[in-house]
Amino acid sequence: MAHTTQPSAAMQSVLGMLSLPRQWRLGAGPLIAAVVLFLIVLSALLAPLYVPYDPMQMGSLNRLQPASAEHLLGTDQYGRDLFSRVMTGGRVSLMIGVGAALFSVVVGMIIGLVSGFFRTADAVIMRIMDSLMAIPAILLAIALVALSGPSVWSVIVAITIPEVPRVVRLVRSVVLGAREEPYVEAAIALGSSMPKILWQHLMPNTVPAMIVQGTYICASAILTEAILSFLGAGVSTDIPTWGNIMAEGRTYFQVKPGLIFWTGAILSLCILSINLLGDTARDMLDPRLKKREA
Amino acid sequence: MLGYIIRRLLAVIPVMVIVALFVFLILRLTPGDPAAILAGDSATPAQLERIRDRLGLNLPIYEQFIQWVKMMLQGDLGVSLISNTSVSTMIGQRIWPTLNIAMLTITISILIAVPMGVLAAWRHRSWIDYAVMSFSVLGFSVPVFVIGYIFIQIFAIELRWLPVQGYTAPTQDFIGFLQRAILPSFTLATIYVALIARMTRASMLDVLGEDYVRTARAKGLREGTILFRHALRNAAVPIMTIIGTGFALLIAGVVVTESVFNIPGVGRLTVDAILARDYPVIQAMILLTAGLYVLVNLLIDISYTIIDPRIRY
Amino acid sequence: MMRFKNNDKSSAKAVLDVRHLSVRLSGEEGPDGLVLDDISLQVHEGETVSLVGESGSGKSVTSLAVMGLLPKGALEVSGGEIEMDGESLLTLTPSQMRRLRGQRMAMIFQEPMTALNPVMRVGDQIAEVLQTHRELSRRDCRDRVLDVMQQVYLPDVARIYGSYPHQLSGGQRQRIMIAMALALEPKLLIADEPTTALDVTTQAQILSLIAELQERHGTAVLFITHDMGVVAEVSHAVHVMKHGKIVEQAPVETLFRHPSDEYTKRLLRSVPSLVPRDARSQESTEPVLEVSDMQKVYSGGGMFFRKPGTHAARDISFTVKRGQTLGIVGESGSGKTTVARSIMRLVDPTSGTIRVAGKEIATLSRRALRPHRKHFQVVFQDPFRSLNPRWTVGRSLIEGPVNFGTPHQEAYERALEMMELVDLPLDALKRYPHQFSGGQRQRIAIARAVMMRPDLLVADEAVSALDVSVQAQVLDLLDEVQERLGIAILFITHDLRVAAQICDEVIVMQHGAIVEYGSAREVLSRPRHDYTRLLIDAAPGREWDFANCCELLTA
Repeated sequence: MAHTTQPSAAMQSVLGMLSLPRQWRLGAGPLIAAVVLFLIVLSALLAPLYVPYDPMQMGSLNRLQPASAEHLLGTDQYGRDLFSRVMTGGRVSLMIGVGAALFSVVVGMIIGLVSGFFRTADAVIMRIMDSLMAIPAILLAIALVALSGPSVWSVIVAITIPEVPRVVRLVRSVVLGAREEPYVEAAIALGSSMPKILWQHLMPNTVPAMIVQGTYICASAILTEAILSFLGAGVSTDIPTWGNIMAEGRTYFQVKPGLIFWTGAILSLCILSINLLGDTARDMLDPRLKKREA
Repeated sequence: MLGYIIRRLLAVIPVMVIVALFVFLILRLTPGDPAAILAGDSATPAQLERIRDRLGLNLPIYEQFIQWVKMMLQGDLGVSLISNTSVSTMIGQRIWPTLNIAMLTITISILIAVPMGVLAAWRHRSWIDYAVMSFSVLGFSVPVFVIGYIFIQIFAIELRWLPVQGYTAPTQDFIGFLQRAILPSFTLATIYVALIARMTRASMLDVLGEDYVRTARAKGLREGTILFRHALRNAAVPIMTIIGTGFALLIAGVVVTESVFNIPGVGRLTVDAILARDYPVIQAMILLTAGLYVLVNLLIDISYTIIDPRIRY
Repeated sequence: MMRFKNNDKSSAKAVLDVRHLSVRLSGEEGPDGLVLDDISLQVHEGETVSLVGESGSGKSVTSLAVMGLLPKGALEVSGGEIEMDGESLLTLTPSQMRRLRGQRMAMIFQEPMTALNPVMRVGDQIAEVLQTHRELSRRDCRDRVLDVMQQVYLPDVARIYGSYPHQLSGGQRQRIMIAMALALEPKLLIADEPTTALDVTTQAQILSLIAELQERHGTAVLFITHDMGVVAEVSHAVHVMKHGKIVEQAPVETLFRHPSDEYTKRLLRSVPSLVPRDARSQESTEPVLEVSDMQKVYSGGGMFFRKPGTHAARDISFTVKRGQTLGIVGESGSGKTTVARSIMRLVDPTSGTIRVAGKEIATLSRRALRPHRKHFQVVFQDPFRSLNPRWTVGRSLIEGPVNFGTPHQEAYERALEMMELVDLPLDALKRYPHQFSGGQRQRIAIARAVMMRPDLLVADEAVSALDVSVQAQVLDLLDEVQERLGIAILFITHDLRVAAQICDEVIVMQHGAIVEYGSAREVLSRPRHDYTRLLIDAAPGREWDFANCCELLTA
């Protein structure tokens, strides 16, 4: 019979989601952003294969060199090759961005679903989330890193914790909106259990918002990493990250602004692409916007 | 109305208690000996003992909390581990530069961002719209200190219009204050403008599709009246909200900007405290900024009732 | 005796003259982009011309085109001529057009709640029209506003002047809209479904107000509606629209007595008659639903002092037998929906008992209720929101049976049978809700409910969001389902015509309480309660039998 060849429930909801917007038209902007992001990610991942120098290799003879054929972007105050460092530095920065985005979305989604559906839990959870929101993200992250040490993991956790309340609020609002929908009431009338309704009817509603939010968190995490490092509360300075390279460039800003500007440029380009893709995803997935265009 | 304000004030209490608990627990729940973490690797046993004593780390944890809350409630924010001066004094000395620059930033941001957003929504999908949106995406994408250095490079180093760094109090020399505050303020404002302009545009787009805007057109009103008298006021609540939540971004920005422009405000105080692991200062700053954030958002919530007569509590 | 407006106005001066107007989607060439095709109509001084048609027929686009309010970048006039008092409107500049609006032509809209600015005092919203188009001192302006507010019979005008829209009733809000439109005594008034969002008694008042003001000022009125009853009451001449074309136009009585176009005839046949149907044969006396003394009180809140709660439903008692349909009619706020939702246990009744198929369910916990839910199912009003947009129709249909342990395969086969019952193709099961029209979705929703083989079906305004021809089909389907499966139906509606068409028994509700309860024939033909009589009297076109094109004999 027909239904034996039907895709699984999860697959169906993904398909259902994809079948919704029929006239996806990608403009030039998002396309360029996707290509740029792909190139940045690829060159960061493959950096060890092609960079001309060991990013950690110091040379006391060629400090703060200007750009040359030998050193594409010049060298830093320890004589390390800037080009090699920037390319390698992207790996840790991107990892922090993706890691923080995944963690925030997963943790926030679980808490948000619970909060949106169980009124008893809601009040307590939301007070805690309000409190977390009240603490400026950067200060919280700084405090966490300062205390737990400058490892990549602690930076990821430090960036994730302040992001979680925002995700929770978003998921909760989507769930609160959706649970008033007649199709959810119909499911109650059909005798579906609460976990089933939560997982099969309500959770898929949050997926588009989560994809969009995930990209924004990824972008903001890469920014936050840079700021943390800049303030001296980031990943250990032994590891080259975009933030660390710029932090070390501070002292020599007037001598060699390229340390900050080149690194800042590639970081900004990366974040710009992610944000543009996030906006595109939102325009395509946000039903409110679609309604207006219709 | 009064009842609403009282209820909202009461609701602040649990939030601040949880913030306090959180701040308290961050240090105590970190794996390892907190004193050792704060003192660093090269600390002598005498130094460790001094820190334990100062922070009351020898007491049982619940007593520590009670002691600490008592202290905070009396307005005693503790004593710096490094300089041995009281934290409230330290903050009191450094708060004014920060506040002055923050006020300037907020004013600049709202004055620039709201008209930008309104214009973009009015001319939806025109070049103005695309320009505003491009600026706002860009504003989100460049780290605030990079923006600061770009401004320094252009306006201070290349053009020599403004001083590179430093701060002068407006009470001493107002022109001097403006000269030195203008770059940090615009640096800080970039991301805030991006945020507010974006929200203004989105909110206005929503409102411009409403039936009452069509009614206003059917009445033959002028476009300016429709945009500002009818649409903007209806679009105001989300814009106010984002100004409130964006306040957190502003605080983060202050910390960074003060470092870039060498301004002796509480932002730099915080950075210095972090580098020196001066925990009482970090803790006081977190409490203070959280309190400020809650207060600002409370005021904004209350102002909703003035903007929108449907909101009555 | 039906009184049509037969006084011929076509010899009076033409105020609006639309000739061969066509409108298309911007940037779409070819016949697909055509939204309005060759529309011609005239409205004369003192005349009301109705544009009637189902959703998507282009009647609202016509009105927006006349007002010069077509959404920029989406729709544009591509041909024809619009003249007002002999002056061509299509050649005017935007600012000339703006000065015309509000002054010489004005418009009132369907939903007065959303058409008024929620954050501005209603008096100021009227005053704005005067300030924009006339030079008036503040004082004169206010006096003038109070004067027009009195003309539309608003009570206590000084207080209402300073009120916000949400503080007024629906009828008052629409009066404000009318005052705003007529403040400068325009020659042309366009009324776009002005009473559709209002209760039937309010509708009657607003219609007579528009008629009175028209009489007094000789305004030309272009009246847009989907409701044949309203058309019969208000118009001198009627244009019937379908798919962007005018298919028939005639003086009002001619159209209702001798419709010539097939589509017009079909529309008229679909209008349910106010004459109650014959009750179904009472073979079974087995009660499926017994409600007794049910109350629903919403608590008033308040932190320090408990405010008194509101009785959304009080002392509700009734019985529905197998194979029978009980209708609950009432205006908005009458508590009819609260009753339906309490029975479905989507809200918890405050007290009283509800027995479905012999089992008391009012006090069961949600968990204990779940196994019993298969006995009663629900169909909601909005067909666009009652199906999960991310699920295939098949998946939605088998959800219920699978919950109750029916094997997947068997449920799917039953779903295939259902598709036949509701007259949809079998491959509909593999498609998504957005691929269906409103009427088709409502059939799917009915199929989903019937899949459970329930004893009771609660239909909460299940045909209210549908066009009249689709409405007739869905009502027929409900009839057939009942015939075949012998289920009991509780039918909630605000529409007396629909109730007359489908119900064996009728309950009339007002302010949360039952005011009259009896057989449909008794209640609708010989109402005993004043409120019932008021409702029936307010039903537009009640003396006319639309389907048979003649006076209603029993009226």
